[in-house]
Amino acid sequence: MAEVLSRPAKSDWVPTLLVWMAVILVTTVFVWLISDIVRHGLTQLSWEFLTTAPQDAGRAGGIAPILVSTLLILGVCMAVSIPLGIGTALLLAEFTSVESIFGRLVRRSLDVLAGTPSIVFGLFGLAFFSKTLGLGFSILSGGLTLACMVLPILIRATEEGFRAVPPDYRLSAAALGLSRTTTILHLLLPAAAPGLIVGLVLGIGRALAETAALIFTSGYVDRMPESLLDSGRALSIHIFDLSMNVAGGDANAYGSALVLLVLLIVINGTAVWLSEHWLHRKIIPL
Amino acid sequence: MSRSRTDIVLVWSLRGCAALAGAIVLLIVVFLVLESLPALQHVGLARFFTDASWQPSEGLYNLTPMLWGTLFAMAGAVLVATPLGVLSAMFCHYYAAPVVARFYRRLIELLAGIPSVVYGLWGLVVLVPLIGSLHPPGPSLLAGIAILTIMILPTIALMADAALANVPAHYLRGASALGLSRWATIRGVVFPAAKSGLFTGVILETGRAIGETMAVLMVCGNVVQTPANVFEPIRTLTANIALEMAYALGDHRAALFVSGLVLMAVIVVLVAGAERISKGRVYG
Amino acid sequence: MKRLWIRLAFTLFLLAGCSEDSAQDKLVLTGSSTIAPLVSEIGKRFEALHPDVRVDVQTGGSSRGIADARQGLADIGMASRALKESEGDLLAFTIARDGVGLIVHKDNPVIELSDAQVVAIYTGKIVNWKDMGGNDAPITVVNKAEGRSTLELFLDYFKLKNTVVKAQVIIGDNEQGIKTVAGNPNTIGYVSIGTAEYDASHGVAVKLLPVDGVAASTENVRNGSFPLSRPLNLVTKTEPQGLAKDFIAFARSTAAEAIVKKQYFVPITH
Repeated sequence: MAEVLSRPAKSDWVPTLLVWMAVILVTTVFVWLISDIVRHGLTQLSWEFLTTAPQDAGRAGGIAPILVSTLLILGVCMAVSIPLGIGTALLLAEFTSVESIFGRLVRRSLDVLAGTPSIVFGLFGLAFFSKTLGLGFSILSGGLTLACMVLPILIRATEEGFRAVPPDYRLSAAALGLSRTTTILHLLLPAAAPGLIVGLVLGIGRALAETAALIFTSGYVDRMPESLLDSGRALSIHIFDLSMNVAGGDANAYGSALVLLVLLIVINGTAVWLSEHWLHRKIIPL
Repeated sequence: MSRSRTDIVLVWSLRGCAALAGAIVLLIVVFLVLESLPALQHVGLARFFTDASWQPSEGLYNLTPMLWGTLFAMAGAVLVATPLGVLSAMFCHYYAAPVVARFYRRLIELLAGIPSVVYGLWGLVVLVPLIGSLHPPGPSLLAGIAILTIMILPTIALMADAALANVPAHYLRGASALGLSRWATIRGVVFPAAKSGLFTGVILETGRAIGETMAVLMVCGNVVQTPANVFEPIRTLTANIALEMAYALGDHRAALFVSGLVLMAVIVVLVAGAERISKGRVYG
Repeated sequence: MKRLWIRLAFTLFLLAGCSEDSAQDKLVLTGSSTIAPLVSEIGKRFEALHPDVRVDVQTGGSSRGIADARQGLADIGMASRALKESEGDLLAFTIARDGVGLIVHKDNPVIELSDAQVVAIYTGKIVNWKDMGGNDAPITVVNKAEGRSTLELFLDYFKLKNTVVKAQVIIGDNEQGIKTVAGNPNTIGYVSIGTAEYDASHGVAVKLLPVDGVAASTENVRNGSFPLSRPLNLVTKTEPQGLAKDFIAFARSTAAEAIVKKQYFVPITH
């Protein structure tokens, strides 16, 4: 994009300065934060750390069961929120007019959902998924609660992605006599992939980062889970317990945080790669 | 457009999805109301704003100082994070070489996934002593705003980034053909074209700022008071629920759910206000 | 009927992720997050000695533990305090003791405070360290959040009410208190003695102050000379039977003493 714009005017130095200052500030803070985690956590990383169970309340040993629980919770969350999210986003973007009451209601309720505190989600998940639906302390309960949290982010970002697709695509498809379903599946979804990916990345980020909602739903047990109905400790809760509740747990807390960072890099990288090499390649941009 | 069988099935299943998504909020509100009933009956809504202070052991339930704490922290964070985020997105699209832009974008995506606990821990161990050496005590509204800004920045930055990416290329070519400078193009062509995405980003980041619990719990000081300046400690409504829920019984517990309802009310007001401001102009 | 359908739907969903349920006995404990790491470790040792038994520990706070024990939602509740009078319908079994001590920054020249001085500091009557021979700096007072048993113990011993306490920082968990005091040279707070002892001996910048002339150490809590201590209890509604009975007995036995010590709590005397 930078090459499309013409050279800056004389008075453009103010916005340019602001942009560079902002970027330098943001980069400094983030590099500071990440280097702190790396510095304190690197010494804990090892193959044993990733493959053994925690010992001595987490001060020793590794995080294998916790990694498995985290991935399972994430899996449940995504399995529920992606179809629901894309479906809702599709409806809001393609099938409702801007003034439709149903569309407005859904959009507003999603905005409110986006602002609900994580602890309220935790208490709600406890009451609804764990007690009312009888799931108890379980990975399933945690995953479903997270899906509720992640849904608004996913939907709004995906909706933006759909809105960005030029109307020409839809009109051409109609001219060719394609059904709406075909248009959506083969044309719009791939074209809207960037928006979808942003929603996915933000959603996964939020899901992995969540602590308060999971304490009450997927629980504290650090044993290797055998089914989705078992309680399983998520990585974020493990970090919380080690740093705030267990004396001497700091070292492994940083180690776990580092593992989480690496996990994030892998997941985000995969999502972006998928978008660029698979979905988006189906469409040649105009 | 043709209306085949598959289309009708599709539309109805999509409507089902949307209804389900929209129903979640309803369920949560119902849940909050049910749990707050004891407090609303025994204490009455007015006392939540007029009691002397928040001392549940003495039967006092004033939420106002904590409400101010939440609002100040949220407003501060959004005011700082939005320009930083938008400027970051501008950087990625119009000021940086593609390689640099890519690295910067990955960096921000990474930050979206760091647990609130890690942010809180870093804030407690690095930021709070820093602020404390400037002006005691250290845990303060300022620390809260700083940490919240860092936490919500990825949301606005990535949404703004996506919004800017969706501006059609021929707009930019047209502006260039007209001889508009870079900033004039951004200000006059790009922002108006991207406004729905930017707007969504602001809403999502505000939601995150209000809803954050763990990190503010660790760095804000948790003293129930209306802050007189940014160096004073505050307690947000979310931190209050997290701190006291584990140990609260009966009316106290119900009172905490009332504070949850108040938070939802704040969000509803903000969202309605945003809708009024945009008046549908955003989704043109 | 609707609940049945919901459950059926979820069961189908779960079949994909479920393995065969072997005949296992499960013990569920919920409650105090202070005791949770300790009970978790005891549970692991118990599981090693009794195959086919699972001990699941969940947090949620002492009140949650007591409420769950009462309602039967958990087999055993964990409470980091003695039972109140209103909880007379429940049974408590102490598995360890935990002392509560005052901490200040390591570099603070003040090494002892009388009870009266502590009261004055916490009620805001003394606001500068120089009044006690320390540096000329304002005191940052750290208090614990309401409802915590550590707070109640503290208020009880110093005969204060929480409404008169003037604090600049309020914390939730012990480690938050330690990190807050370590980060600011003019802070004073109170945390679990075991936690503070461990951290101080591992280079964290805090030190414990004696109370009423008695040094704050786990040894002094054990021999009863240190005045501020609380019991860590396992709570049940009725006389424990079967698995719960075995577990409680194990937790109170000498076999578990080493585990208690390793978590920096004080074992009960037999």
